[in-house]
Amino acid sequence: MFDWPEPFVLRALVASLVLAIVAAPLGCIVLWRRMAYVGETLAQSSLLGVAFGLALNLDLTLSVILAAVVAALILIWFGQQKLLALDSVLGLMHHAALAMGVIAITLLKGPSIDLMGFLFGDVFAVTNDDLVWVLVGGGLVLAVMVALWRPLVRVSLHEDLATAEGIDPRFVRGAFDILLAVTIAVAMKIVGILLVMAFLIVPSVAARPLASTPERMAVIAAIVAMLGVFGGLYASLMVDVPGGPSIVLAMSALAVMSLLAARRRSG
Amino acid sequence: MSSEMPRGPLVDAAAAGPVTGNYVTGDHGHTVGCGCGHAHAAPIDHDALISARGLWFTRQSRDVIAGIDLDVHPREIVTLIGPNGAGKTTLVKLMLGIERADRGEIYKPSTTVIGYVPQRFDIERAIPMTVGRFLALGHAVADGDIRRVLSDVGAQRTEHQQLAQLSGGETQRVLIARALLRRPNLLVLDEPARGVDYVGEADLYDLIGRLRDERGLGVLLVSHDLHVVMAKSDRVLCINGHVCCSGQPSAVAQHSEYARLFGPRAAGALAVYTHHHDHQHDLSGAPHPVESAGSGASHDGQGA
Repeated sequence: MFDWPEPFVLRALVASLVLAIVAAPLGCIVLWRRMAYVGETLAQSSLLGVAFGLALNLDLTLSVILAAVVAALILIWFGQQKLLALDSVLGLMHHAALAMGVIAITLLKGPSIDLMGFLFGDVFAVTNDDLVWVLVGGGLVLAVMVALWRPLVRVSLHEDLATAEGIDPRFVRGAFDILLAVTIAVAMKIVGILLVMAFLIVPSVAARPLASTPERMAVIAAIVAMLGVFGGLYASLMVDVPGGPSIVLAMSALAVMSLLAARRRSG
Repeated sequence: MSSEMPRGPLVDAAAAGPVTGNYVTGDHGHTVGCGCGHAHAAPIDHDALISARGLWFTRQSRDVIAGIDLDVHPREIVTLIGPNGAGKTTLVKLMLGIERADRGEIYKPSTTVIGYVPQRFDIERAIPMTVGRFLALGHAVADGDIRRVLSDVGAQRTEHQQLAQLSGGETQRVLIARALLRRPNLLVLDEPARGVDYVGEADLYDLIGRLRDERGLGVLLVSHDLHVVMAKSDRVLCINGHVCCSGQPSAVAQHSEYARLFGPRAAGALAVYTHHHDHQHDLSGAPHPVESAGSGASHDGQGA
Protein backbone atom coordinates (compact mmCIF):
# COMPACT_ATOMS: atom_id res chain seq x y z
CA MET A 1 0.00 0.00 0.00
CA PHE A 2 1.39 3.38 -1.06
CA ASP A 3 1.59 5.99 1.69
CA TRP A 4 1.20 9.59 0.58
CA PRO A 5 4.42 11.25 1.79
CA GLU A 6 4.46 13.82 4.56
CA PRO A 7 4.09 17.46 3.38
CA PHE A 8 7.70 18.30 4.25
CA VAL A 9 8.89 15.41 2.10
CA LEU A 10 6.64 16.49 -0.74
CA ARG A 11 7.93 20.06 -0.54
CA ALA A 12 11.54 18.84 -0.57
CA LEU A 13 10.81 16.60 -3.55
CA VAL A 14 9.05 19.26 -5.65
CA ALA A 15 11.68 21.93 -4.94
CA SER A 16 14.57 19.57 -5.72
CA LEU A 17 12.99 18.24 -8.91
CA VAL A 18 12.21 21.71 -10.27
CA LEU A 19 15.73 22.90 -9.52
CA ALA A 20 17.21 19.72 -11.01
CA ILE A 21 15.47 20.51 -14.32
CA VAL A 22 16.41 24.23 -14.25
CA ALA A 23 20.03 23.54 -13.32
CA ALA A 24 20.68 20.92 -16.01
CA PRO A 25 21.13 23.22 -19.05
CA LEU A 26 23.12 25.69 -16.95
CA GLY A 27 25.38 22.86 -15.78
CA CYS A 28 26.07 21.91 -19.41
CA ILE A 29 27.14 25.47 -20.28
CA VAL A 30 29.30 25.67 -17.13
CA LEU A 31 31.00 22.42 -18.16
CA TRP A 32 31.58 23.55 -21.77
CA ARG A 33 32.84 26.98 -20.81
CA ARG A 34 34.90 25.60 -17.90
CA MET A 35 33.21 27.98 -15.48
CA ALA A 36 33.07 25.76 -12.39
CA TYR A 37 35.37 28.13 -10.51
CA VAL A 38 33.16 31.11 -11.41
CA GLY A 39 30.17 29.20 -10.04
CA GLU A 40 31.99 28.32 -6.81
CA THR A 41 32.86 31.98 -6.30
CA LEU A 42 29.25 33.06 -6.89
CA ALA A 43 28.06 30.41 -4.42
CA GLN A 44 30.48 31.43 -1.68
CA SER A 45 29.71 35.11 -2.22
CA SER A 46 26.05 34.39 -1.65
CA LEU A 47 26.83 33.60 2.01
CA LEU A 48 27.40 37.33 2.40
CA GLY A 49 23.79 37.70 1.29
CA VAL A 50 22.71 35.67 4.30
CA ALA A 51 24.62 38.08 6.55
CA PHE A 52 23.07 41.13 4.88
CA GLY A 53 19.63 39.58 5.12
CA LEU A 54 20.07 38.94 8.84
CA ALA A 55 21.50 42.44 9.47
CA LEU A 56 18.80 44.30 7.55
CA ASN A 57 16.02 41.88 8.42
CA LEU A 58 15.28 41.10 4.76
CA ASP A 59 13.89 37.95 3.22
CA LEU A 60 16.92 35.64 3.20
CA THR A 61 16.29 34.15 -0.25
CA LEU A 62 15.95 37.61 -1.77
CA SER A 63 19.13 38.90 -0.12
CA VAL A 64 21.05 35.80 -1.20
CA ILE A 65 19.89 36.28 -4.81
CA LEU A 66 20.91 39.95 -4.67
CA ALA A 67 24.36 39.10 -3.25
CA ALA A 68 24.97 36.47 -5.94
CA VAL A 69 23.87 38.84 -8.72
CA VAL A 70 26.13 41.60 -7.37
CA ALA A 71 29.01 39.09 -7.28
CA ALA A 72 28.20 38.15 -10.90
CA LEU A 73 28.23 41.83 -11.94
CA ILE A 74 31.62 42.28 -10.25
CA LEU A 75 32.97 39.24 -12.14
CA ILE A 76 31.53 40.52 -15.44
CA TRP A 77 33.24 43.85 -14.84
CA PHE A 78 36.56 42.20 -13.97
CA GLY A 79 36.25 39.96 -17.01
CA GLN A 80 36.19 43.01 -19.29
CA GLN A 81 39.29 44.71 -17.92
CA LYS A 82 42.74 43.50 -18.85
CA LEU A 83 44.67 44.49 -15.72
CA LEU A 84 44.05 41.36 -13.67
CA ALA A 85 43.53 37.81 -14.92
CA LEU A 86 40.05 36.54 -14.06
CA ASP A 87 41.59 33.59 -12.22
CA SER A 88 43.39 35.93 -9.80
CA VAL A 89 40.12 37.73 -9.09
CA LEU A 90 38.31 34.43 -8.55
CA GLY A 91 41.06 33.11 -6.28
CA LEU A 92 40.77 36.23 -4.15
CA MET A 93 36.96 36.51 -4.06
CA HIS A 94 36.30 32.80 -3.65
CA HIS A 95 37.49 32.13 -0.11
CA ALA A 96 37.50 35.75 1.07
CA ALA A 97 33.74 35.83 0.49
CA LEU A 98 33.25 32.57 2.40
CA ALA A 99 35.38 33.78 5.33
CA MET A 100 33.60 37.12 5.45
CA GLY A 101 30.22 35.44 5.29
CA VAL A 102 30.97 33.04 8.15
CA ILE A 103 32.38 35.83 10.35
CA ALA A 104 29.53 38.22 9.57
CA ILE A 105 26.85 35.62 10.31
CA THR A 106 28.56 34.59 13.56
CA LEU A 107 28.88 38.21 14.71
CA LEU A 108 25.30 39.03 13.85
CA LYS A 109 23.53 36.06 15.38
CA GLY A 110 26.06 34.54 17.68
CA PRO A 111 27.40 31.02 17.28
CA SER A 112 23.96 29.49 17.78
CA ILE A 113 22.88 30.03 14.17
CA ASP A 114 22.88 26.94 11.99
CA LEU A 115 25.82 27.58 9.66
CA MET A 116 25.70 23.95 8.56
CA GLY A 117 22.29 24.60 7.03
CA PHE A 118 23.75 27.28 4.77
CA LEU A 119 26.88 25.33 3.93
CA PHE A 120 25.24 21.97 3.16
CA GLY A 121 21.59 22.88 2.71
CA ASP A 122 18.51 21.76 4.55
CA VAL A 123 16.19 20.33 1.94
CA PHE A 124 13.58 19.06 4.40
CA ALA A 125 13.22 22.57 5.87
CA VAL A 126 11.89 23.96 2.56
CA THR A 127 8.83 26.10 3.37
CA ASN A 128 5.89 27.02 1.18
CA ASP A 129 7.49 30.46 0.68
CA ASP A 130 10.72 28.77 -0.48
CA LEU A 131 8.68 26.71 -2.89
CA VAL A 132 7.24 29.87 -4.43
CA TRP A 133 10.78 31.23 -4.90
CA VAL A 134 11.86 27.98 -6.54
CA LEU A 135 8.87 27.84 -8.88
CA VAL A 136 8.91 31.53 -9.89
CA GLY A 137 12.69 31.99 -9.94
CA GLY A 138 13.32 28.61 -11.56
CA GLY A 139 10.61 29.20 -14.15
CA LEU A 140 12.07 32.58 -15.06
CA VAL A 141 15.61 31.21 -15.35
CA LEU A 142 14.42 28.32 -17.52
CA ALA A 143 12.46 30.67 -19.82
CA VAL A 144 15.48 32.94 -20.36
CA MET A 145 17.74 29.90 -20.84
CA VAL A 146 15.48 28.61 -23.61
CA ALA A 147 15.64 32.00 -25.35
CA LEU A 148 19.43 32.27 -24.94
CA TRP A 149 20.24 28.62 -25.62
CA ARG A 150 21.38 28.81 -29.25
CA PRO A 151 23.57 31.91 -28.86
CA LEU A 152 25.03 30.34 -25.72
CA VAL A 153 25.87 27.10 -27.52
CA ARG A 154 27.40 29.03 -30.43
CA VAL A 155 29.51 31.25 -28.18
CA SER A 156 30.64 28.17 -26.21
CA LEU A 157 31.49 26.22 -29.37
CA HIS A 158 33.60 28.91 -31.05
CA GLU A 159 33.45 32.46 -29.76
CA ASP A 160 35.12 34.10 -32.78
CA LEU A 161 32.84 32.28 -35.23
CA ALA A 162 29.75 33.31 -33.24
CA THR A 163 31.00 36.91 -33.07
CA ALA A 164 31.73 37.03 -36.79
CA GLU A 165 28.21 35.71 -37.41
CA GLY A 166 26.68 38.62 -35.50
CA ILE A 167 26.37 37.49 -31.88
CA ASP A 168 27.59 39.86 -29.16
CA PRO A 169 29.47 37.45 -26.87
CA ARG A 170 29.72 39.94 -24.00
CA PHE A 171 25.94 40.21 -23.79
CA VAL A 172 25.44 36.45 -23.94
CA ARG A 173 28.15 35.76 -21.35
CA GLY A 174 26.89 38.49 -19.00
CA ALA A 175 23.29 37.29 -19.20
CA PHE A 176 24.42 33.74 -18.46
CA ASP A 177 26.48 34.83 -15.44
CA ILE A 178 23.40 36.48 -13.94
CA LEU A 179 21.20 33.42 -14.63
CA LEU A 180 23.86 31.28 -12.97
CA ALA A 181 23.92 33.55 -9.93
CA VAL A 182 20.14 33.40 -9.49
CA THR A 183 20.09 29.61 -9.89
CA ILE A 184 22.89 29.12 -7.40
CA ALA A 185 21.19 31.41 -4.87
CA VAL A 186 17.87 29.55 -5.12
CA ALA A 187 19.45 26.07 -5.13
CA MET A 188 21.55 26.94 -2.07
CA LYS A 189 18.53 26.20 0.15
CA ILE A 190 18.57 22.58 -0.98
CA VAL A 191 22.20 21.54 -1.29
CA GLY A 192 24.02 24.42 0.42
CA ILE A 193 26.84 26.71 -0.67
CA LEU A 194 29.55 24.05 -0.74
CA LEU A 195 27.65 21.49 -2.83
CA VAL A 196 25.57 23.68 -5.12
CA MET A 197 28.05 23.55 -8.04
CA ALA A 198 28.10 19.75 -7.85
CA PHE A 199 24.29 19.86 -8.11
CA LEU A 200 24.74 21.79 -11.38
CA ILE A 201 27.73 20.07 -12.94
CA VAL A 202 27.61 16.39 -11.97
CA PRO A 203 24.45 15.58 -14.01
CA SER A 204 26.11 17.15 -17.09
CA VAL A 205 29.23 15.06 -16.53
CA ALA A 206 27.00 11.98 -16.48
CA ALA A 207 25.15 13.11 -19.61
CA ARG A 208 28.19 13.97 -21.76
CA PRO A 209 29.07 10.43 -22.94
CA LEU A 210 25.41 9.61 -23.60
CA ALA A 211 24.58 12.64 -25.76
CA SER A 212 25.09 13.37 -29.46
CA THR A 213 23.84 16.98 -29.51
CA PRO A 214 23.89 19.86 -26.98
CA GLU A 215 20.11 19.69 -26.56
CA ARG A 216 20.17 15.97 -25.80
CA MET A 217 22.94 16.53 -23.28
CA ALA A 218 20.77 19.07 -21.43
CA VAL A 219 17.75 16.75 -21.43
CA ILE A 220 19.77 13.73 -20.29
CA ALA A 221 21.40 15.86 -17.58
CA ALA A 222 17.93 16.84 -16.34
CA ILE A 223 16.87 13.17 -16.22
CA VAL A 224 20.04 12.18 -14.36
CA ALA A 225 19.51 15.05 -11.92
CA MET A 226 15.92 13.96 -11.23
CA LEU A 227 17.04 10.36 -10.67
CA GLY A 228 19.67 11.70 -8.27
CA VAL A 229 17.00 13.68 -6.40
CA PHE A 230 14.74 10.62 -6.04
CA GLY A 231 17.62 8.35 -5.00
CA GLY A 232 19.18 10.89 -2.66
CA LEU A 233 15.98 11.86 -0.86
CA TYR A 234 14.92 8.23 -0.53
CA ALA A 235 18.28 7.23 0.95
CA SER A 236 18.21 10.28 3.22
CA LEU A 237 14.82 9.31 4.66
CA MET A 238 15.71 5.61 5.01
CA VAL A 239 19.11 5.99 6.65
CA ASP A 240 18.55 9.40 8.26
CA VAL A 241 21.46 11.27 6.63
CA PRO A 242 21.35 14.90 5.34
CA GLY A 243 19.32 15.37 2.12
CA GLY A 244 21.53 17.67 0.06
CA PRO A 245 24.73 15.61 0.34
CA SER A 246 22.71 12.45 -0.37
CA ILE A 247 21.35 13.95 -3.60
CA VAL A 248 24.85 14.98 -4.74
CA LEU A 249 26.21 11.54 -3.83
CA ALA A 250 23.47 9.80 -5.82
CA MET A 251 24.18 12.06 -8.82
CA SER A 252 27.90 11.31 -8.53
CA ALA A 253 27.24 7.56 -8.49
CA LEU A 254 25.22 7.92 -11.71
CA ALA A 255 28.03 9.97 -13.27
CA VAL A 256 30.66 7.36 -12.39
CA MET A 257 28.47 4.63 -13.90
CA SER A 258 27.99 6.66 -17.09
CA LEU A 259 31.71 7.36 -17.45
CA LEU A 260 32.65 3.73 -16.81
CA ALA A 261 30.08 2.54 -19.36
CA ALA A 262 31.46 5.02 -21.94
CA ARG A 263 34.99 3.77 -21.28
CA ARG A 264 33.95 0.17 -21.82
CA ARG A 265 32.12 1.05 -25.02
CA SER A 266 35.09 2.88 -26.51
CA GLY A 267 37.24 -0.19 -25.83
CA MET B 1 18.37 38.31 -28.17
CA SER B 2 21.68 39.51 -29.53
CA SER B 3 22.72 42.34 -31.73
CA GLU B 4 22.99 41.46 -35.40
CA MET B 5 25.16 44.50 -36.06
CA PRO B 6 28.82 43.66 -36.49
CA ARG B 7 30.95 45.18 -33.77
CA GLY B 8 34.14 47.06 -34.28
CA PRO B 9 35.04 49.71 -36.78
CA LEU B 10 33.19 48.23 -39.72
CA VAL B 11 31.41 50.96 -41.60
CA ASP B 12 28.15 49.57 -42.84
CA ALA B 13 27.23 51.33 -46.06
CA ALA B 14 23.53 51.04 -45.40
CA ALA B 15 23.84 52.58 -41.95
CA ALA B 16 26.53 55.17 -42.47
CA GLY B 17 26.29 56.04 -46.15
CA PRO B 18 29.27 56.10 -48.48
CA VAL B 19 32.52 56.91 -46.77
CA THR B 20 34.48 59.66 -48.49
CA GLY B 21 37.75 60.60 -47.01
CA ASN B 22 36.92 60.91 -43.35
CA TYR B 23 39.90 58.72 -42.56
CA VAL B 24 43.37 59.97 -41.76
CA THR B 25 45.52 60.53 -44.83
CA GLY B 26 48.71 62.21 -43.69
CA ASP B 27 49.92 60.59 -40.51
CA HIS B 28 49.03 56.98 -40.53
CA GLY B 29 52.52 56.11 -39.59
CA HIS B 30 53.68 54.13 -42.58
CA THR B 31 56.54 56.53 -43.11
CA VAL B 32 58.16 55.61 -39.80
CA GLY B 33 60.92 53.18 -40.72
CA CYS B 34 58.65 51.37 -43.12
CA GLY B 35 60.59 50.99 -46.33
CA CYS B 36 57.83 49.11 -48.04
CA GLY B 37 57.90 51.66 -50.80
CA HIS B 38 54.36 51.51 -52.10
CA ALA B 39 52.05 54.49 -52.32
CA HIS B 40 50.10 55.22 -49.18
CA ALA B 41 46.85 56.90 -48.36
CA ALA B 42 45.06 55.44 -51.34
CA PRO B 43 41.34 56.12 -51.02
CA ILE B 44 38.93 53.43 -49.87
CA ASP B 45 38.15 51.12 -52.78
CA HIS B 46 34.39 51.16 -53.22
CA ASP B 47 34.46 48.35 -55.78
CA ALA B 48 36.01 45.96 -53.28
CA LEU B 49 34.04 43.48 -51.19
CA ILE B 50 35.90 44.90 -48.22
CA SER B 51 38.46 47.68 -48.09
CA ALA B 52 40.74 48.63 -45.21
CA ARG B 53 43.00 51.66 -44.94
CA GLY B 54 45.72 52.47 -42.46
CA LEU B 55 44.77 49.88 -39.84
CA TRP B 56 46.61 50.09 -36.52
CA PHE B 57 46.18 47.69 -33.64
CA THR B 58 48.38 48.11 -30.57
CA ARG B 59 48.44 45.79 -27.58
CA GLN B 60 50.81 45.99 -24.59
CA SER B 61 52.64 48.83 -26.39
CA ARG B 62 53.40 46.56 -29.36
CA ASP B 63 52.05 47.45 -32.79
CA VAL B 64 50.52 44.13 -33.83
CA ILE B 65 49.14 45.80 -36.94
CA ALA B 66 50.97 48.92 -38.11
CA GLY B 67 49.31 50.74 -40.99
CA ILE B 68 47.97 47.99 -43.23
CA ASP B 69 45.82 48.60 -46.32
CA LEU B 70 43.91 45.62 -47.67
CA ASP B 71 41.28 45.17 -50.39
CA VAL B 72 39.56 42.00 -51.56
CA HIS B 73 37.65 42.19 -54.84
CA PRO B 74 34.99 39.86 -56.25
CA ARG B 75 36.53 36.64 -57.69
CA GLU B 76 39.91 37.58 -56.21
CA ILE B 77 41.95 35.27 -53.99
CA VAL B 78 44.19 37.16 -51.58
CA THR B 79 46.60 35.09 -49.49
CA LEU B 80 48.13 36.45 -46.28
CA ILE B 81 51.46 35.02 -45.17
CA GLY B 82 53.91 36.01 -42.48
CA PRO B 83 55.90 34.62 -39.56
CA ASN B 84 54.24 33.60 -36.28
CA GLY B 85 53.00 36.63 -34.40
CA ALA B 86 53.02 38.75 -37.56
CA GLY B 87 49.40 39.76 -36.98
CA LYS B 88 47.71 37.62 -39.66
CA THR B 89 44.92 36.37 -37.43
CA THR B 90 44.56 39.81 -35.81
CA LEU B 91 44.16 41.37 -39.26
CA VAL B 92 41.45 38.84 -40.10
CA LYS B 93 39.68 39.60 -36.81
CA LEU B 94 39.77 43.32 -37.60
CA MET B 95 38.33 42.68 -41.07
CA LEU B 96 35.54 40.57 -39.52
CA GLY B 97 34.73 43.11 -36.81
CA ILE B 98 35.70 40.69 -34.01
CA GLU B 99 38.40 43.09 -32.83
CA ARG B 100 38.32 46.87 -33.05
CA ALA B 101 41.18 48.73 -34.74
CA ASP B 102 42.79 51.55 -32.78
CA ARG B 103 43.17 53.61 -35.96
CA GLY B 104 42.22 53.26 -39.55
CA GLU B 105 39.05 52.41 -41.36
CA ILE B 106 37.32 49.41 -42.84
CA TYR B 107 34.65 49.84 -45.47
CA LYS B 108 32.27 46.98 -46.13
CA PRO B 109 29.42 47.57 -48.61
CA SER B 110 26.05 46.42 -47.36
CA THR B 111 25.97 43.87 -50.20
CA THR B 112 29.01 42.04 -48.82
CA VAL B 113 28.17 38.86 -46.92
CA ILE B 114 31.17 37.26 -45.24
CA GLY B 115 31.48 33.53 -44.71
CA TYR B 116 34.08 33.02 -41.98
CA VAL B 117 36.01 29.76 -41.71
CA PRO B 118 37.88 29.95 -38.37
CA GLN B 119 40.84 27.89 -37.21
CA ARG B 120 39.43 24.48 -36.47
CA PHE B 121 41.65 23.96 -33.42
CA ASP B 122 39.56 26.42 -31.40
CA ILE B 123 36.34 24.38 -31.57
CA GLU B 124 35.25 23.35 -28.06
CA ARG B 125 35.32 19.57 -28.08
CA ALA B 126 33.44 19.15 -24.78
CA ILE B 127 30.18 19.97 -26.58
CA PRO B 128 28.48 16.97 -28.19
CA MET B 129 27.68 18.08 -31.72
CA THR B 130 26.80 16.21 -34.87
CA VAL B 131 27.85 17.79 -38.15
CA GLY B 132 24.20 18.13 -39.17
CA ARG B 133 23.27 19.93 -35.93
CA PHE B 134 26.32 22.21 -36.23
CA LEU B 135 25.38 23.26 -39.74
CA ALA B 136 21.78 24.01 -38.70
CA LEU B 137 22.74 25.83 -35.50
CA GLY B 138 21.48 29.39 -35.34
CA HIS B 139 19.87 29.71 -38.76
CA ALA B 140 16.98 28.11 -40.57
CA VAL B 141 18.14 25.51 -43.11
CA ALA B 142 16.29 22.68 -44.79
CA ASP B 143 17.59 19.10 -44.54
CA GLY B 144 18.22 19.15 -48.28
CA ASP B 145 20.40 22.25 -47.95
CA ILE B 146 22.65 20.52 -45.44
CA ARG B 147 23.13 17.45 -47.61
CA ARG B 148 23.72 19.59 -50.70
CA VAL B 149 26.31 21.85 -49.06
CA LEU B 150 28.09 18.84 -47.55
CA SER B 151 28.38 17.21 -50.95
CA ASP B 152 29.52 20.55 -52.42
CA VAL B 153 32.52 20.50 -50.09
CA GLY B 154 33.09 16.75 -50.40
CA ALA B 155 32.04 15.80 -46.87
CA GLN B 156 28.69 14.12 -47.53
CA ARG B 157 29.45 11.12 -45.31
CA THR B 158 29.97 13.20 -42.16
CA GLU B 159 26.40 14.43 -41.55
CA HIS B 160 25.69 12.15 -38.59
CA GLN B 161 29.21 12.02 -37.20
CA GLN B 162 30.46 13.92 -34.17
CA LEU B 163 32.29 17.14 -35.04
CA ALA B 164 35.05 16.33 -32.54
CA GLN B 165 35.80 12.98 -34.21
CA LEU B 166 36.40 14.20 -37.76
CA SER B 167 39.85 14.36 -39.32
CA GLY B 168 41.48 17.76 -39.81
CA GLY B 169 40.58 17.95 -43.48
CA GLU B 170 36.98 16.86 -42.84
CA THR B 171 36.55 19.44 -40.04
CA GLN B 172 37.82 22.12 -42.39
CA ARG B 173 35.34 21.12 -45.07
CA VAL B 174 32.47 21.17 -42.58
CA LEU B 175 33.51 24.66 -41.42
CA ILE B 176 33.55 25.78 -45.06
CA ALA B 177 30.09 24.24 -45.49
CA ARG B 178 28.76 26.28 -42.56
CA ALA B 179 30.23 29.44 -44.06
CA LEU B 180 28.62 28.63 -47.45
CA LEU B 181 25.17 28.24 -45.85
CA ARG B 182 25.23 31.98 -45.20
CA ARG B 183 25.39 32.51 -49.01
CA PRO B 184 28.51 34.68 -48.79
CA ASN B 185 30.23 36.58 -51.56
CA LEU B 186 33.42 36.83 -49.51
CA LEU B 187 35.04 33.80 -47.90
CA VAL B 188 37.56 34.40 -45.11
CA LEU B 189 39.66 31.38 -44.10
CA ASP B 190 42.18 31.36 -41.24
CA GLU B 191 44.95 28.80 -41.84
CA PRO B 192 42.65 26.16 -43.39
CA ALA B 193 45.57 23.87 -44.26
CA ARG B 194 47.44 24.00 -40.94
CA GLY B 195 48.16 20.49 -39.72
CA VAL B 196 47.04 18.92 -43.01
CA ASP B 197 49.57 17.10 -45.22
CA TYR B 198 50.49 18.50 -48.66
CA VAL B 199 48.02 16.28 -50.50
CA GLY B 200 45.22 17.32 -48.15
CA GLU B 201 46.32 20.93 -48.50
CA ALA B 202 46.21 20.68 -52.29
CA ASP B 203 42.71 19.14 -52.07
CA LEU B 204 41.50 21.99 -49.88
CA TYR B 205 42.96 24.58 -52.26
CA ASP B 206 41.27 22.78 -55.18
CA LEU B 207 37.97 23.12 -53.30
CA ILE B 208 38.49 26.81 -52.50
CA GLY B 209 39.53 27.52 -56.10
CA ARG B 210 36.46 25.67 -57.39
CA LEU B 211 34.18 27.68 -55.08
CA ARG B 212 35.73 30.89 -56.39
CA ASP B 213 35.32 29.79 -60.01
CA GLU B 214 31.76 28.46 -59.64
CA ARG B 215 30.30 31.05 -57.28
CA GLY B 216 32.45 34.09 -58.02
CA LEU B 217 33.48 34.45 -54.37
CA GLY B 218 36.21 36.74 -53.19
CA VAL B 219 38.60 34.85 -50.93
CA LEU B 220 40.83 36.11 -48.11
CA LEU B 221 43.02 33.24 -46.98
CA VAL B 222 45.61 33.08 -44.22
CA SER B 223 48.36 30.60 -45.02
CA HIS B 224 50.42 28.86 -42.34
CA ASP B 225 53.33 28.46 -44.76
CA LEU B 226 55.69 31.31 -45.64
CA HIS B 227 56.75 29.97 -49.01
CA VAL B 228 54.13 27.57 -50.31
CA VAL B 229 50.72 29.07 -51.04
CA MET B 230 47.60 28.35 -53.02
CA ALA B 231 48.49 28.40 -56.72
CA LYS B 232 45.33 30.29 -57.68
CA SER B 233 46.19 33.21 -55.37
CA ASP B 234 45.83 36.42 -57.35
CA ARG B 235 47.81 38.31 -54.76
CA VAL B 236 50.04 37.30 -51.88
CA LEU B 237 50.60 39.75 -49.05
CA CYS B 238 53.52 39.03 -46.75
CA ILE B 239 52.86 40.86 -43.49
CA ASN B 240 54.86 41.37 -40.35
CA GLY B 241 52.96 44.10 -38.57
CA HIS B 242 52.97 46.03 -41.84
CA VAL B 243 52.98 44.76 -45.45
CA CYS B 244 56.56 43.54 -46.11
CA CYS B 245 56.04 42.65 -49.73
CA SER B 246 53.30 41.53 -52.05
CA GLY B 247 53.08 39.88 -55.42
CA GLN B 248 51.94 36.87 -57.38
CA PRO B 249 53.02 33.32 -56.70
CA SER B 250 54.70 31.21 -59.35
CA ALA B 251 53.91 27.62 -60.20
CA VAL B 252 55.58 24.91 -58.17
CA ALA B 253 56.51 23.24 -61.46
CA GLN B 254 59.09 25.99 -62.10
CA HIS B 255 60.92 24.95 -58.95
CA SER B 256 62.03 21.39 -59.45
CA GLU B 257 62.88 20.82 -55.79
CA TYR B 258 59.35 21.76 -54.68
CA ALA B 259 57.74 19.71 -57.44
CA ARG B 260 59.75 16.65 -56.40
CA LEU B 261 58.90 17.27 -52.74
CA PHE B 262 55.14 17.60 -53.15
CA GLY B 263 54.59 15.12 -55.96
CA PRO B 264 52.73 15.71 -59.21
CA ARG B 265 49.31 15.47 -57.55
CA ALA B 266 49.85 18.46 -55.25
CA ALA B 267 52.02 20.49 -57.59
CA GLY B 268 49.03 21.82 -59.54
CA ALA B 269 47.32 23.40 -56.55
CA LEU B 270 50.39 24.67 -54.71
CA ALA B 271 52.64 27.51 -55.71
CA VAL B 272 55.88 29.05 -54.54
CA TYR B 273 55.93 32.61 -53.35
CA THR B 274 59.29 34.36 -53.69
CA HIS B 275 59.78 37.21 -51.23
CA HIS B 276 61.30 40.49 -52.37
CA HIS B 277 61.94 42.43 -49.18
CA ASP B 278 63.82 45.69 -49.08
CA HIS B 279 64.08 45.64 -45.30
CA GLN B 280 64.69 43.32 -42.38
CA HIS B 281 63.16 43.07 -38.95
CA ASP B 282 65.20 43.22 -35.75
CA LEU B 283 64.33 41.14 -32.70
CA SER B 284 61.69 43.63 -31.57
CA GLY B 285 60.08 43.40 -35.00
CA ALA B 286 61.00 46.93 -36.05
CA PRO B 287 61.84 47.12 -39.77
CA HIS B 288 65.25 48.33 -41.05
CA PRO B 289 66.20 49.00 -44.67
CA VAL B 290 68.63 46.61 -46.32
CA GLU B 291 71.34 48.04 -48.59
CA SER B 292 71.88 45.05 -50.84
CA ALA B 293 68.41 44.69 -52.23
CA GLY B 294 67.67 41.30 -53.72
CA SER B 295 69.80 39.42 -51.24
CA GLY B 296 66.69 37.45 -50.47
CA ALA B 297 64.11 37.70 -47.79
CA SER B 298 65.04 36.54 -44.36
CA HIS B 299 62.27 35.23 -42.22
CA ASP B 300 62.56 34.13 -38.64
CA GLY B 301 64.27 30.81 -39.07
CA GLN B 302 62.12 29.43 -41.87
CA GLY B 303 64.43 29.03 -44.84
CA ALA B 304 63.08 27.54 -48.03
